[in-house]
Amino acid sequence: MDTRSMTSRHLENALLTLDDELAENIVFESVKGESPVKTAGNLISDALKRIGDSWENGQLSLSQVYMSGVICEKIIDKILPPQSPGRRNQPKTAIAVFEDFHLLGKRIVYSTLRASGIELMDLGGGLTSEKIVSIVKKEEIKILLISVLMLPSALRIKELKRQLAHVDVKIVVGGAPFRFDDELWKEINADYYGKDSSEALEIVNKLMETGG
Amino acid sequence: MKKKNMTSMERVLTTLSHNEPDRVPLFLLLTMHGAKELGISIQEYFSKAENVFEGQIRLQEKYNSDCFYPFFYAPIEVEAFGSEVIFREDGPPNAGNPIIKNFGDIKNLKTPRINETKVLHKVLKSIELLKEKSKGTIPIIGVAVSPFSLPVMQLGFENYFDLMYFHKDLFNHLMKINETFCIHWANAQLEAGATAICYFDPVSSPTLIPKELYFETGYQVAKRTISKIKGPTATHFASGSCLSIANLLPETGTAVVGVSVQEDLSALKQAFKNKLTVLGNLNGIEMRRWTSDEASNIVRDTIHKAARGGGFILSDNHGEIPFQVQDKTLSAIADAVREFGTYPIAE
Repeated sequence: MDTRSMTSRHLENALLTLDDELAENIVFESVKGESPVKTAGNLISDALKRIGDSWENGQLSLSQVYMSGVICEKIIDKILPPQSPGRRNQPKTAIAVFEDFHLLGKRIVYSTLRASGIELMDLGGGLTSEKIVSIVKKEEIKILLISVLMLPSALRIKELKRQLAHVDVKIVVGGAPFRFDDELWKEINADYYGKDSSEALEIVNKLMETGG
Repeated sequence: MKKKNMTSMERVLTTLSHNEPDRVPLFLLLTMHGAKELGISIQEYFSKAENVFEGQIRLQEKYNSDCFYPFFYAPIEVEAFGSEVIFREDGPPNAGNPIIKNFGDIKNLKTPRINETKVLHKVLKSIELLKEKSKGTIPIIGVAVSPFSLPVMQLGFENYFDLMYFHKDLFNHLMKINETFCIHWANAQLEAGATAICYFDPVSSPTLIPKELYFETGYQVAKRTISKIKGPTATHFASGSCLSIANLLPETGTAVVGVSVQEDLSALKQAFKNKLTVLGNLNGIEMRRWTSDEASNIVRDTIHKAARGGGFILSDNHGEIPFQVQDKTLSAIADAVREFGTYPIAE
């Protein structure tokens, strides 16, 4: 195992034991040898990805994914503040909970993306399609991540997508109903589906590389 | 040899004793479909006990389900604490803004008294009406959200994780309040005529919290609470996993476990064999687009994996079938149970 992998494992362990001081020290040590952007994109991203993957295969629980993301988000805000030019904020990206009020999934994805150096708008929860269309147009959002917990909310994304048909924005969906039906994201005409925060990060990374 | 036809109650009691009844019991856990039967909105449907009674009677007659399920909606319990409930036309209502806005509110939270809380009276009345009608031949399943899972609606998931991890004293205080409420609420339903209580406890699932944390928290809460509920309970994880805590669940005193489609049903049946009855695990989300043939095949496969020896009730994996699932699919499921679920189960 090379030094980077060992450091990343070390960080992962610190996150899973909720040792935020140790996690911060590991990250601070890393930025002595490379830019904060690289540390966010490699070290932190890798650790969070492995934690997300371990949840996916049943080895970890969602509370651990959540707590890890929150700790990393706090650390990254110290080494790469929100207005820092190192933050990737183009194309403009936002995240929202559509219609329902279950915010945890959004929070996990938001933390993971921010901890990986991506700056995005948090539009909140309980948003109607009219409200989202209006914000997307006004803010010229190009990548919109939508989280839902309830099946009816997931189904109504199809109507939201129809209303955004002539707007240059990619819709990335995620949440419980999609995890129980692999076909659902296609049925509602979403552009992408991320089954967890790691996949959401991969999708956003690719879209940012290609300009949305 | 074909066994004599049993009543639903006999069928369920036989499987709960880990013996084979005449056929696999079917719990079609339908709630909002009652509104469809009565041709009224979901909000109007749940406004009166008589509507839910009538809806449950019609649904049971239509699909020959082996239980009545007078579950209104999960947020009714936080409604009892004073929270707002937001209805929608096409699905279950949501809890509104959390009643606990900051952790300091926990100290001032009062346990609602069941006999002084009008919204809960509707549920009790619907149970009483069903009890009178069924005369003990069909089990009536009441519902109580576990004291450990209720805080998701009382203060939101993120705050609840913070409370659980970093504010143990306040967490314990909230558990005391919720345990008192849960025990009184479950027992009130049993007194009204419920046969058993579905103890919804999704937060205890290893999908949501680590096994070690469950052992310190949700497990202890379940042991304390279930021991004071004066009737059988079914612990339901609402689609969450439970295989890795299978050794702990029987010790909570529960009789039934609701399992997820995302875990291996054969392995679950083996893990709970002769200890707990397995309830599950049809995928309610996919069910919405099943053809009748698909429904039939899935029911057959599910029965083959878990029904032998009893200790199994066919149901969905979430504890509530989505409003969007069509009647013809529900009929296909009910027909398939009769076709493939007669004991002895064919090889």
